[in-house]
Amino acid sequence: MDKELKILKYSDLSKLIERFRSKGFPVLAPVQKGKVIEIEPVDTLDTIALDVLLSTQSAKKAAFPKVEKVLEYTLEKAAVKQTAIDPNAYAETILFGVRPCDASGFKSLDAIFGEAPSDAFYLNKKEKTTIISFSCPTADDYCFCTSVGGGPGYTAGSDIQFTAISKDELLVEILTEKGKKLSGLFNDLLTDASPSIDKEKFLADVKVVFDLDKVISNTTAAFNSAELWLDQSLRCIGCGACAFVCPTCACFDFQDEQNTKKGVRLRLWDSCGFSLFTLHTSGHNPREVQSQRWRQRIMHKFSYMPEQLKVLGCEGCGRCSRACPVDMNIKEHLTSIALQ
Amino acid sequence: MEQQNIYQPYLMEIEKITEEAPMVKTFRLKFTNEEEANNFSFRTGQFGEYSVFGEGEVTFCVASPHTRKGYIECTFRQVGRVTSELASLQEGDTIGFRGPYGNIFPIDEWKGKNLLFIAGGIALPPMRSVIWTCLDLRDQFKDITILYGARSVDDLVYKHELEEWKNRPDVNLVLTVDPGGETPGWKGEVGFVPTILDKIKPVSENTIAIVCGPPVMIKFSFPVLEKYGFTDEQVYTTLENRMKCGLGKCGRCNVGKVFVCKDGPVFTRTQLKQLPDEY
Repeated sequence: MDKELKILKYSDLSKLIERFRSKGFPVLAPVQKGKVIEIEPVDTLDTIALDVLLSTQSAKKAAFPKVEKVLEYTLEKAAVKQTAIDPNAYAETILFGVRPCDASGFKSLDAIFGEAPSDAFYLNKKEKTTIISFSCPTADDYCFCTSVGGGPGYTAGSDIQFTAISKDELLVEILTEKGKKLSGLFNDLLTDASPSIDKEKFLADVKVVFDLDKVISNTTAAFNSAELWLDQSLRCIGCGACAFVCPTCACFDFQDEQNTKKGVRLRLWDSCGFSLFTLHTSGHNPREVQSQRWRQRIMHKFSYMPEQLKVLGCEGCGRCSRACPVDMNIKEHLTSIALQ
Repeated sequence: MEQQNIYQPYLMEIEKITEEAPMVKTFRLKFTNEEEANNFSFRTGQFGEYSVFGEGEVTFCVASPHTRKGYIECTFRQVGRVTSELASLQEGDTIGFRGPYGNIFPIDEWKGKNLLFIAGGIALPPMRSVIWTCLDLRDQFKDITILYGARSVDDLVYKHELEEWKNRPDVNLVLTVDPGGETPGWKGEVGFVPTILDKIKPVSENTIAIVCGPPVMIKFSFPVLEKYGFTDEQVYTTLENRMKCGLGKCGRCNVGKVFVCKDGPVFTRTQLKQLPDEY
């Protein structure tokens, strides 16, 4: 659909959350919890961390939770009885106040989980989630969205995007049918926006730092460049933090938990940075050393995914670098790959 | 749109357990739900995820041929956590099965050809599925040769079937054990598989070779096949890597850009040569 431009008074923002909640929609939004900002259910606007650069956790858990039950069963002597888990049972949810890189991060997940046979657990949550993003008035040195095709006002993946254009006013871009439908709940609070509003003026300035095409072609050619991968990963301790905060990382593990009578199978986030990730029972490990695991991370995002799923595995949010305990910086790594 | 839970296994009853070798067992599994049994089909080469509830899942190729309906079999060595639990189960117990996943051995393209099966150790089970499928369709193929080796006589799996193949006039079976693994009465060969492969001088003309075994056996068997004129297109293998989903999503079995679970597990040597060294 053609996007619609509206204006919303900042002071009316709290009414939006109230209305969503009064209609029974769960609202997920960034919430400050101690030192970190998580994506959590909220009831009121004042609990939402809106003025922060970026949540610590990405928004992916809205459709791909950290821990998710995929099986439930009971045990009776030799027999096992499975209780069907309905992946379709999920309430219409609003993901509110996330950044454009979070919204567009779902593109990668859509591609992975949507590829046949599709993963209903993810797809149903995603389908039932309406995303209201806030464009970025500020950025930091870790941000490089513009280098990977995004930007501080990037709208792909968002259903509605808000941009603060003054202390009192938000520009509202209604971008999709889903967004249009949801805006029905607060149409009365919207006024028409002048088409001459220059949104760009209100966005952070994020400089392009590398040539993405070069990163993709050089990454694809670099599988055997052992020195490059070793050099980049020398510090890596394989903690997996980068994958856990990444909006596009989708690798997962299954674990069973049970007592004597019943059990569940859980799907949990995993990371290609862990040494156990690919370890065979025989002791053989196809990715034996950390540099091979680092190579997998970069190549998956910048070579395999673009080639096979036609989507990049990176949004340039820089979360991996912010979270890295040994200060690895993906922006620098990609820049050096582009210059190879 | 209503969608299925792709991670929900079929419930299978262990109908029969066969002890094949030390720590190696075969389970014959039958569907507990008749409708699922009727709708199920697979093709030789495909694999599945077998679950012990409470312990998790483990990946094996289906070891029975697709020509025999109503059950599937898996053969496994007790090595890790899940296989140890699996090994403790009894006939009548229930396990889960998801599958079939992955690609197939293109046996339809092999009609009218000689088949040479080369297997080592616990890698005979995936090959056994192809062997029995081809034997059940015996008139479609010319000469069938099976070269199988294990560390010791004790470690040879499917001993009854080896006996059966030995006695069939339409199968040429060559058994070997690693030096030191022979028993006093052993009548087969003694030597590593690649050495014995060289000794039997395989004919490459109109022949398909299917190789499956430990990496070192595969590595040294390929040059021997090359020596006898086998082209890369005539040589097939099946790979394995650690997997969780089996469906190309969990992100760990890939070799470069190729996912063993959905692009494989069956590869020609031509395809194998294009893979980076990551398996």
